[in-house]
Amino acid sequence: MVRKIRVLVAKPGLDGHDRGAKIVARALRDAGMEVVYTGLHQTAQQIVSTAIQEDVDVVGLSLLSGAHMTLFIDVAILLKEKQMEDVLIVGGGIIPQEDVPHLKKAGIAEVFGPGTPVEEIVDYIKKNVKR
Amino acid sequence: MSELSRNVLAGDHRSIARLITLVENDEPGAVESMKQIHRYTGQAQIIGVTGVMGSGKSSLIFELALAFRAEGKKVGIIAIDPTSPFSGGALLGDRIRMTDLSTDSGVFIRSMGTRGMMGGLTSSLYDVVEILDAAGMNVILIETVGVGQDEVDIVKIADTTLVVLIPGLGDSVQTIKAGLMEIADIFVVNKADKPGVEQTVAELESMLDLVSKAERRTPIVATSIKQKKGIKLLVSKISEHQEYLKKSQSFDKRRRQRYEAELIEIIRKRLMGFIFDEKKLKKTVDCCIDQISKKELDPYSAADEILGKILK
Amino acid sequence: MVEKEIIKQIREKRADWEKQKYYKAIQESPERKQKFKNLSDIEIKNLYTPEDIADLEYLRDVGFPGDVPFLRGVHPNLYRGRLWTMRQFAGFGSAEETNKRYNYLLNHGETGLSVAFDYPTLYGYDTDHMLARGEFGKCGVAISSLQDMELLFHEIPLDKITTSMTINGPAAIVWAMYIANAENQGIRKDRIGGTIQNDILKEYIAQKSYIFPPEPSMRLIVDTFEYGFKNVPKWNTISISGYHIREAGSTAVQELAFTLGDGVEYAKAAMKRGLVIDDFAPRLSFFFNAHNDFFEEIAKYRAARKIWAQEMKKLGAKKPRSLWMRFHTQTAGCSLTAQQPEINIVRVTLQALAAVLGGTQSLHTNSMDEALALPSEKAVRIALRTQQIIAEESGVADTVDPLGGSYYIEWLTIKMEEETYKYFDKVEQLGGVIPAIEKGFFQREIAESAYRYQKEVDENKRFIVGVNRYKLDEEPSIPILKMDEKGEERQINRLKKLRKERDTIKVQNHLQRLRKAAEGDENLMPFILDCVHSYATLGETCDVLREVFGEYKEQAIY
Repeated sequence: MVRKIRVLVAKPGLDGHDRGAKIVARALRDAGMEVVYTGLHQTAQQIVSTAIQEDVDVVGLSLLSGAHMTLFIDVAILLKEKQMEDVLIVGGGIIPQEDVPHLKKAGIAEVFGPGTPVEEIVDYIKKNVKR
Repeated sequence: MSELSRNVLAGDHRSIARLITLVENDEPGAVESMKQIHRYTGQAQIIGVTGVMGSGKSSLIFELALAFRAEGKKVGIIAIDPTSPFSGGALLGDRIRMTDLSTDSGVFIRSMGTRGMMGGLTSSLYDVVEILDAAGMNVILIETVGVGQDEVDIVKIADTTLVVLIPGLGDSVQTIKAGLMEIADIFVVNKADKPGVEQTVAELESMLDLVSKAERRTPIVATSIKQKKGIKLLVSKISEHQEYLKKSQSFDKRRRQRYEAELIEIIRKRLMGFIFDEKKLKKTVDCCIDQISKKELDPYSAADEILGKILK
Repeated sequence: MVEKEIIKQIREKRADWEKQKYYKAIQESPERKQKFKNLSDIEIKNLYTPEDIADLEYLRDVGFPGDVPFLRGVHPNLYRGRLWTMRQFAGFGSAEETNKRYNYLLNHGETGLSVAFDYPTLYGYDTDHMLARGEFGKCGVAISSLQDMELLFHEIPLDKITTSMTINGPAAIVWAMYIANAENQGIRKDRIGGTIQNDILKEYIAQKSYIFPPEPSMRLIVDTFEYGFKNVPKWNTISISGYHIREAGSTAVQELAFTLGDGVEYAKAAMKRGLVIDDFAPRLSFFFNAHNDFFEEIAKYRAARKIWAQEMKKLGAKKPRSLWMRFHTQTAGCSLTAQQPEINIVRVTLQALAAVLGGTQSLHTNSMDEALALPSEKAVRIALRTQQIIAEESGVADTVDPLGGSYYIEWLTIKMEEETYKYFDKVEQLGGVIPAIEKGFFQREIAESAYRYQKEVDENKRFIVGVNRYKLDEEPSIPILKMDEKGEERQINRLKKLRKERDTIKVQNHLQRLRKAAEGDENLMPFILDCVHSYATLGETCDVLREVFGEYKEQAIY
């Protein structure tokens, strides 16, 4: 039986821009992954609960409203609390370069800004999935 | 008993999720745990929800889950979406409708792809049902893919099967595949706030009139999520059906059918695994296929040869 | 326009030209693409001639600005009389900070205000709401009560300047706050002018800042039409938008078709309530995107004017003003890059030019740093200067509809009208706009276009300078906007103080009366105004409506 990579694509907070998240979800599906899409307006608790139940390998956070420093880090902290350290966390959206080191320190492995080719995200996940 | 099994029986979400993954991917530890938990299953009521795409199955399941939670029951939800035959991937989006339940510790939702299995189901479905059952879920709701005629397979697993329709489905209820109509233990006409409800219900009733010697008249429930109507009635009809099964001894019969189907599925998977395993019979099989192509061998004789090797 | 005989000659001459001169030219310099298609997937020819618009009769089909079919514009003298309004969308942090930015922009020559609200405000939550965590002021200004509205427009003469507010779910309430603030300043309702976006249909389709389900949302919108017509006559109570539909990934044709379709739906909803079309139609306004394909955008605006006039006529409109499609334009945010941000200035210039050549009534030009953060002062100043240079130095504003008569533009305008009506038919077959939304039709079309576009870029079939062509190894960094970190705390304290100091009983009474009215079918604006005047917060007022109307949950469409 082939092991499939399971990815959670989540939209934390109130941001309603989902064009990118949907395109990434679709591309990951086309790359053979099982993608659970949460829809909009997710709290950190909802995202982590979902990640646990769906036993995902990757949590992808998409945010264009500027609230990433709070919300991405909330999710990373909660995942750690629930001992989900084997989950790869990645992020995307409108995230200034200067915030990226802080996010990485908090546990977000990589941030994919505007203009990132979708293949780059697919390859990164395939290479860096922890399980 | 393995630690994983113990944690699953204790209802730990992480462990339930982990075991489901192991079983889906056929990984070591899966079979051992499945063997250990079987005796703890049997108390969950399994409800299959099938119907055409766009009939609002996810929203309906959400409302049902809320109603069962209000009764103090623990609810497991399995949401199945089609796996792409080309890429092998799947977009699992049914949770969007159930997002408010994500943080309820009495609810466990798992999204699954069909992974090549026909029937709008997944081949690990029996396992996942057993896992959720053993983990303490009182009700397990299964949402099938809802495309084509294959949804009929859900009857093999579910105690109660709901077939969900929407009003104004075009010409008539007859255009829906025959099999789908026969498997219904309850018909749900969802989105009943839309025009055409009475007509759809009437068509269903007249179709039911034609079914002779039916022991039980299949109930029809009209529901509307928008207007918050019909859910309580639906829940009570589900209870009634459960009672009916127990009283009429159909319950044991159905359960038996389920275990039969489950056993067959496990054997089928093992067999296929054996036949297509490089280290086992794959070379023989490939060789046979070559010979069949060259007309040196016919498929039936090839089957004799392969089965002969297994049964020896 | 041209006689049959001449068209025949042109056709024959063209065939010759293709076979000889053009054929030879391609041998020497082969075409860069197999097919040249614009962003709506319409194939573009090598050359357009009178043959391509042979059936076009000037007087019948093109006409004069101010006359049906309005292809050339709704105002006879357009920019020769008055330039378009330079209205830069702005807002961040707390009301005080944004007030400063408004003064900056006004001092630098902008001629209208445009308010961007933060996400909690867009969804009808106060800054101290649990779901507002981390979102305060990040993508717009936080307005939680009338008090914030007062600070926002501090020392800004509301009787002398018009304000556009990009607000949808809670539009009625925020509008009420604006009105209340003006009244408190001694300015009568019938003297203030502006726009509220208030277009909920496109929220379900694209922008996603909805609160309530479609029916009660439409009711609220018609309430604002009714109230506006009677009490705030200079106000555009809706800005029917295509901008967001385009940003979500649609093509230009889809933007055109879906927006105008929404517009017709609003008109029908108002007429269903019993409002007279000639009463409210003059105050319906539009909001379009200005994207990359220069000529397509111009054709789009021209086609929009023609189609809207036709549709309004079909619904029975008789007054000339009811047929006018007046619009605001914003250059395409989604076309800007994080890579080599300064070159965004060039993109914006071309897009703004297209909007002006298309006859826009007001314009917002994006700043170069949009893909990185909210605009810095320098970046927004350059964006404003872009408009001013087009207006003062380029000469394009000196004649009306300068591209009218271009064979290409007139052909493309007709083509876009045809494609739009195809979509109208499809939606009709699905049962109308709201059923189509519930079936996910628009959302699917948009997701498909978005995915197709991304594939083209990733497969190097479509080039974006700086992203998949002419890249730089080392990216220059530009200064980006920093917001006041103490802003959120200040706002939360302000709210606490407000809740303590106001007349709680009055607030409760007004909220109760609003609830009752919402359960019935009275016009809610007066009740909302009462709540707002007594300093009920945005969140408190929306919560009442949330309880009565319910909340909308979307489906999964990729």
